[in-house]
Amino acid sequence: MNKRLSPRALAAISPLALLKGEPQADRVVPPTGFTARLTLFAAAAMTFLAVFALALSLATGRMAANWSQELARSSTLRISAPADQIAAQTEAALQVLETTRGVARARALTAEEQQGLLEPWFGPDLPVDSLPIPQLVEIVEDGEGYDAAGLRLRLQAEVPGAVLDDHARWRRPLVRAAERIRALGLLSLLLIGGVMAAMITLAANSALAANAQVIAVLRLVGARDEFIARAFVRRFTFRAFWGAALGMALGLAALLALPQAQAEGGFLTGLGLRGWHWIWPFVLPPVAAAVSFAATRAAARRMLGNLA
Amino acid sequence: MIELDNLAYSYGGGELLSDISLRLTPGSFHFLTGPSGAGKTTFLKLCYGALIPTAGQAVLFGQDVREMSRDDVATIRRRIGVVHQDCQFLDHLTVAENIALPLMVSGQDVEAEQQNLEELIAWCGLTQRAGALPPELSGGERQRAALARAVIMSPEVILADEPTGNVDWEMSQRLLALLVELNRMGKTVMIATHDLGLIRAAKSRVQARVLRIAKRRLQLAGADL
Ligand SMILES: Nc1ncnc2c1ncn2[C@@H]1O[C@H](COP(=O)(O)OP(=O)(O)OP(=O)(O)O)[C@@H](O)[C@H]1O
Ligand SMILES: [Mg+2]
Repeated sequence: MNKRLSPRALAAISPLALLKGEPQADRVVPPTGFTARLTLFAAAAMTFLAVFALALSLATGRMAANWSQELARSSTLRISAPADQIAAQTEAALQVLETTRGVARARALTAEEQQGLLEPWFGPDLPVDSLPIPQLVEIVEDGEGYDAAGLRLRLQAEVPGAVLDDHARWRRPLVRAAERIRALGLLSLLLIGGVMAAMITLAANSALAANAQVIAVLRLVGARDEFIARAFVRRFTFRAFWGAALGMALGLAALLALPQAQAEGGFLTGLGLRGWHWIWPFVLPPVAAAVSFAATRAAARRMLGNLA
Repeated sequence: MIELDNLAYSYGGGELLSDISLRLTPGSFHFLTGPSGAGKTTFLKLCYGALIPTAGQAVLFGQDVREMSRDDVATIRRRIGVVHQDCQFLDHLTVAENIALPLMVSGQDVEAEQQNLEELIAWCGLTQRAGALPPELSGGERQRAALARAVIMSPEVILADEPTGNVDWEMSQRLLALLVELNRMGKTVMIATHDLGLIRAAKSRVQARVLRIAKRRLQLAGADL
């Protein structure tokens, strides 16, 4: 059996040509209310869900990236002591840090750097020198990281004025969780696509079976399999596209209705889409159409190939 | 155009048709007769590639049926117009659309053929019923619509299976007249029927050969009809 398609047939069946609407020729397949509604509903519902899976993946991806960036930054040691002891304590702290496993580098910030950090809050005219400002020590971890509890104990003994601020510690599991959620979001997208393909395949099979007599008549008057398959495929692709567009619109509306993200980017309020990420949902209807195209086409070919 | 060579066919039991050889020449007019169940419909199906002979050869327009793909069979059906014994239509399309169906499925511009279509519908006396749905037609109207659909592509061969099966004498005369006229236009015609009256009526209008299926063989019936 010859299964190759002519270029003309391929052009006519290309996804773009399919979206132009139902040409006269597609009327050979009787309108089937049930499978039409099923396909529309499946595509709309699945796309609605896909919008959220997508938003979840993108938001958690964004969060993981932000947090990792901060992770890569150093932790800090804050040394508060009477002015005459600061230099000695800083020296002692640096020595402790140098002999701590897991610390790659430790460096006391210079007075200018400290002033630079404060400037946004107090303005450039602040006489930093005359204020009892704690000395900051920047700690860069190596790949393994250090044992924060052990370091605290040693510092307590040798540098009583030192406070270790290792915000990285609590961020790391959050980053891991965010990455995991992102992976789950992407997996959900795949599953949603698979379920949609399965539902559309079922709908297409049922439409093909319900139209066995139509297919027989078409064969008798000289229709090629390609023509028959196209009539079905077009219809399902078209429906899936508009169903998905509807689902996407509803999903986006729901996303827009979420409270705006706070400056701190709390987890729940950060779920919306940001910037160019808004493009992604618009990819869903074409993808749904493509999934439907492939599913219906496979179903039609299988069914027609089995006919005598 | 249609050549059968030592062809045999069996649906699975014993052979229904055996040792059949026939060469349809362009412009010829044949009747195919024989008792009910003799295999007339089966024979016609072999002639348009719906069945593949279990032995021997069937060559349609130079192509061996056994070597034809599904697409080849579809293409052949555009050159052989068939009026089926149980004329089936697409019930959700109008009579006119059903008649134009072969044009549509072969990718031709139905709009461009609109005038031909209207003439054909008038010629078959269906102008009044063109907008009706097939289930609303009478038996004779169905037969005429089936004939119109069979000839819309201007095929070289027309195979009609009991085209007068469920119509009265007058209507069968009209259908016969349509087929005779098509034959005058150069089409090859084969009509399967067990209506001997129809064959006799035709003999005065056209030079027809009568084939009879008897005892699984195809015989040329004498002039005794
Ligand atoms: N698809 C099939 N499978 C098995 N047997 C079949 C099939 N189609 C037809 N037959 C049998 O083959 C024989 C010939 O059938 P066919 O339809 O060719 O007869 P026919 O000469 O056209 O009869 P009629 O004048 O009643 O239309 C019959 O006995 C029929 O039961
Ligand atoms: Mg028959």
